[in-house]
Amino acid sequence: MTTSASGAAAPGSSGASAVSMDELFGRQSLGRAAVRFWRNNTQLCVGAGIILLLILMALFGPLWVDPKGAQVGRAVVEQPPSLKYPLGTDTVGRQMLPVVIYGTPLTMRVGLMAGCIGLGVGILFGFIAGYYGGWIDNLLRGAADVFLTVPGLMILVVIASSLHTALDVNTQALVVSTLAWMWPTRTIRSQVLTMRERTYIQVARLSGVSGLEIVFKEILPNLLPYLAASLVSAVSSAILASIGLEALGLGPQNEPTLGMTIYWAMYYTALIRGLWWWWAPPIAIIVLVFIGLFLISAGLDQIANPRLRRVVEK
Amino acid sequence: MTVGYLVRRLFVFFIVLWLAATVNFLIPRISPVNPIRERLLQAVGQGGVSLAPMEEMVKSYEARFGLDKPMYVQYVNYMSDLFHLDFGYSITRFPNRVSDMILKALPWTLFLITVSTLLSFAVGTLLGALLAWSKSPRWIYWISPPLLTLSAIPYYLLGLVLIFFFAFLLKWFPLGGGYSLGTLPSMSLRFVQDALSHSVLPAASIILSGCGFWALSMRGMMVTTQGEDYMTLAEAKGLSDRRIFLRYGIRNAILPQTTSLALSLGYVVSGSVLVEVVFGYPGVGSLLWQAVRTFDYFIIYGVTFMIIVAIGLATLILDLVYPLLDPRISYQKS
Repeated sequence: MTTSASGAAAPGSSGASAVSMDELFGRQSLGRAAVRFWRNNTQLCVGAGIILLLILMALFGPLWVDPKGAQVGRAVVEQPPSLKYPLGTDTVGRQMLPVVIYGTPLTMRVGLMAGCIGLGVGILFGFIAGYYGGWIDNLLRGAADVFLTVPGLMILVVIASSLHTALDVNTQALVVSTLAWMWPTRTIRSQVLTMRERTYIQVARLSGVSGLEIVFKEILPNLLPYLAASLVSAVSSAILASIGLEALGLGPQNEPTLGMTIYWAMYYTALIRGLWWWWAPPIAIIVLVFIGLFLISAGLDQIANPRLRRVVEK
Repeated sequence: MTVGYLVRRLFVFFIVLWLAATVNFLIPRISPVNPIRERLLQAVGQGGVSLAPMEEMVKSYEARFGLDKPMYVQYVNYMSDLFHLDFGYSITRFPNRVSDMILKALPWTLFLITVSTLLSFAVGTLLGALLAWSKSPRWIYWISPPLLTLSAIPYYLLGLVLIFFFAFLLKWFPLGGGYSLGTLPSMSLRFVQDALSHSVLPAASIILSGCGFWALSMRGMMVTTQGEDYMTLAEAKGLSDRRIFLRYGIRNAILPQTTSLALSLGYVVSGSVLVEVVFGYPGVGSLLWQAVRTFDYFIIYGVTFMIIVAIGLATLILDLVYPLLDPRISYQKS
């Protein structure tokens, strides 16, 4: 584990803690710095490791496994796992191993697209509301609060069911992103509010730096770890919303995303017929994705908010 | 509590209602395909619906969404129907009114959600408090990783796994549904027993997964109370550990926890709706699922609107009850 951690850890550790030049460039102390980074950020490393593994599976899986096996009618139906079909096959003749390899990046793509849109809108709204204040702050904050109390899945169901026939991975991501901006808006706004009153911002303002320049040159860079944590949790809740829609059958009908695979397994009552290899792999991967993202965002939270770390350690 | 706060809070509640209604009104109109018309035509084409009630439905359809009337008149009519909780007729089971179908399913959902949410909140909060308490027994630390894992799993996926192990393999509980086939819902002891045994697994999946979530957030709150001066003072006064834990630790840490209960109700209810789908539990979630499967749009719009109204009401009540829990909050404009 140390070997894999050292590669990812080195650049971060030099920034996170004061490391002397010797320690930075000496090979032995590089290892020590990696160990220290690992100790301080175990959650982040484990989470990143899990997600990295899944990404590697999606990248290199197709080299070993023919992705065509994910299509309907490519195998004998309802076979348990065997040498020929490593994860078995389903009722309509899809092989489960290719389905999982092909479906995992699709689900991640929906989450990443919707999460990025949500964070982007959240940054825009959060900065406008937090920095300018006044009536626009009241409006944006009010809108975010109202939408937060509404059960998002229900609105998404209404939108997705009216688009039903035209739903593919990209439109699904767009549908999910319509309700992905509230948490980022809320949290970024409160961060900007606290930052606005810091001395260095006031100094910049007094010396005549324009509002936009302050936002982009002073506030935004300071919020980067925080924004990264928000992005990760936005992606995670977007994935949650998308597989929730898919459990109701409101997903891309022709793509084997993880959620749709579970939906089809439920549709063909795989559960009470003992076809565990149909629904268990996608569930396992979804659980891994959520745990990985949760650990990453908890780890990033600690970096963004060192006070949290001290409190927890005490 | 000031009148001003009450008025503002009620205003937000009505905004939520208006928003939900407007989404239901607008989406079918701006969508490239008109889902309702399409579905009605499809029903006639399949012959699944006879023509006589079809005429009546098209009439009811046109009265509500009538293309002959200008948009704002349609909108006003639609709103006044919703105000009377009139969602029209089911398309697939025609003579049934949507509102009646929802009323029939609602008690099941209310029972499942209320019991399991309260239980998971109570158990999870207690576990989380113990996790952050330095004098807890050692074994409590061992439950932290499983709790974290469970909290990362959506309710209904956990439900699938529970069905497989406890209903399919071990056969301890029924596979699904709200009561055994062949029994009629009644208030007899046997039926209640039967219904309870059917609701154990759905409730367990909500409770297990919810527990982890509440424990994690409670641990965070509880940790911050540990360093407070009043805790040190309580200890110096020689109060019993039990009293410090309950009256000083939990009493203070539980307040933000209640706020997050209000905020996460939407998530909890959405999750429970999907749990019903997985278990075939006869609540509004299953109603919604069947409606999505058969493109029964009036049911979809009715169910989603009802759920939004219910959650809006629940958060409203929680917000109004909150000052009773926390005397520091007075809701006065500063």
